[in-house]
Amino acid sequence: MYDIIFYLFAAVTLVSAFFVVTNRNVVYSAFFLLFTFFGIAGIYVLLGADFVAVVQVIVYVGGILILLLFGVMLTNKITNVEIKTGTINILPAAIGVGIFAGVLLAALINSDWKTLPAGKPLPTTALLGSMLIQDYLLVFELLGIILLIALIGAASIARREKV
Amino acid sequence: MFDLFYKLTGSEIVSGVIISLLPLFLFILPFALFAVLLERKVSAHMQDRLGPMRVGYHGIFQTIADILKLIQKEDIVAKDNDKFLFNLAPIIVFTGSYAAFAVIPFSSYFIGSNINLGIFYIVAITSLAVVGILMAGWASNNKYSLLGSMRSVAQIISYEIPTILVILSIVMITGTMNLNTLSEMQTGYFWNWLIFGGPGLSLTKFLLIPFMFIGFLIIYISTLAEVNRTPFDIPEAESELVSGYHTEYSGMKFAMFFLSEYANMFAVSAIVVALFLGGYQSPVGYLGDLFNAPWLIPIEQFFWFTVKGVSFVFVQMWLRWTLPRLRVDQLMTTSWKYLIPIAFFNLIIIGIITLL
Repeated sequence: MYDIIFYLFAAVTLVSAFFVVTNRNVVYSAFFLLFTFFGIAGIYVLLGADFVAVVQVIVYVGGILILLLFGVMLTNKITNVEIKTGTINILPAAIGVGIFAGVLLAALINSDWKTLPAGKPLPTTALLGSMLIQDYLLVFELLGIILLIALIGAASIARREKV
Repeated sequence: MFDLFYKLTGSEIVSGVIISLLPLFLFILPFALFAVLLERKVSAHMQDRLGPMRVGYHGIFQTIADILKLIQKEDIVAKDNDKFLFNLAPIIVFTGSYAAFAVIPFSSYFIGSNINLGIFYIVAITSLAVVGILMAGWASNNKYSLLGSMRSVAQIISYEIPTILVILSIVMITGTMNLNTLSEMQTGYFWNWLIFGGPGLSLTKFLLIPFMFIGFLIIYISTLAEVNRTPFDIPEAESELVSGYHTEYSGMKFAMFFLSEYANMFAVSAIVVALFLGGYQSPVGYLGDLFNAPWLIPIEQFFWFTVKGVSFVFVQMWLRWTLPRLRVDQLMTTSWKYLIPIAFFNLIIIGIITLL
């Protein structure tokens, strides 16, 4: 039964991702991304990573997708929302994608996957929190500083007076 | 509740589906019917009118008549609307507001999904409605709709920050995000509610009380803005934007936006109640304990939860017919220059007090 749910989420993710890439209208692509993010969040839930799933929704749907939509809608004139994407340089793209797919497939086949017996997933939030603050404190703080730098940089670029 | 259905059906997934459908049919639909009538009556009496009076005694069946009318209405999709997204948007908006009900504890016996992430899940899943609103505004191909949805999204994103900061301070005090555990913590009498500093009789409880009141005010104001109610209803300011992002919608699709608005009103009230006002706990003790009838307690809890939630919905309506609407710049000023700094200081002070 849980297999069916997994395949459902996997199908949603793959089909919507396909539409994101192939659709010629950028706004449509952005909206299909919503379903991709949700499919991935569903798969996280099935894997027992409840906190990661909710963070996936909060960051990607609540943050990045909205930003993306605003960007797409505001950078073009609102009266002219039909934004088209075209394909150029098919041959180099095909070669690059082929090599990348080969590497991924090789990694997929050659790696030694651990299989754990399916059990009832445990809540992960408290564990993640204590690990972030105790074991990985330096990395956590560094990530915070990087985000702060990005924020200050963005603000200074946006507020710079035109010469 | 889940165990009962699990015994009846023998499948985790089937019982999960049944339990997730229950709040919709047992609560959201009857509540929406009641709330629409309540809003019309409240507005009417505030303006010295009578409101709907024709259908039934003092118009109590008015909403049912309205629903029947809406079902019969023609479903209009204009030529230049983006058909696919136009039809999808009301479904996504309603899914977002309905999914939040999954973790709201109506009583100790009935909670859709008793997950540890509770309140964090609600914060995440409501962002679905934001995408739906943007989708509706864009697909309508109408300047009023697009402007309305842009305003709405900007407003919801800005006011999410003070809401999350207040929720964070609650999580710091209690150490849990599970709404059911939060409600269980505030058991006993009303002075054990988190707005009065939580259970126990230590020094921290009394130190916390003023800051809990500040937090309560901040979260109430910002959730009011998140559901686009007056004085924060510039996304559908009638005098400027016709009706905002749902200008182009008619019939049942309009009804879905309407339903999700009322569901949202109750959902945010329920969050405020569960965080600050003891959730489903009775303020004065239970009749079930008095008469030694344990089966009565969940029913009483449901009663108290509904009463608390509906009284906050009533305050929302009251404010709507009392306060004028804010301008866009005033709205952003309120959030970024006042609520967020105050919420940050509140968070820091509460953090220091919790460490004591």
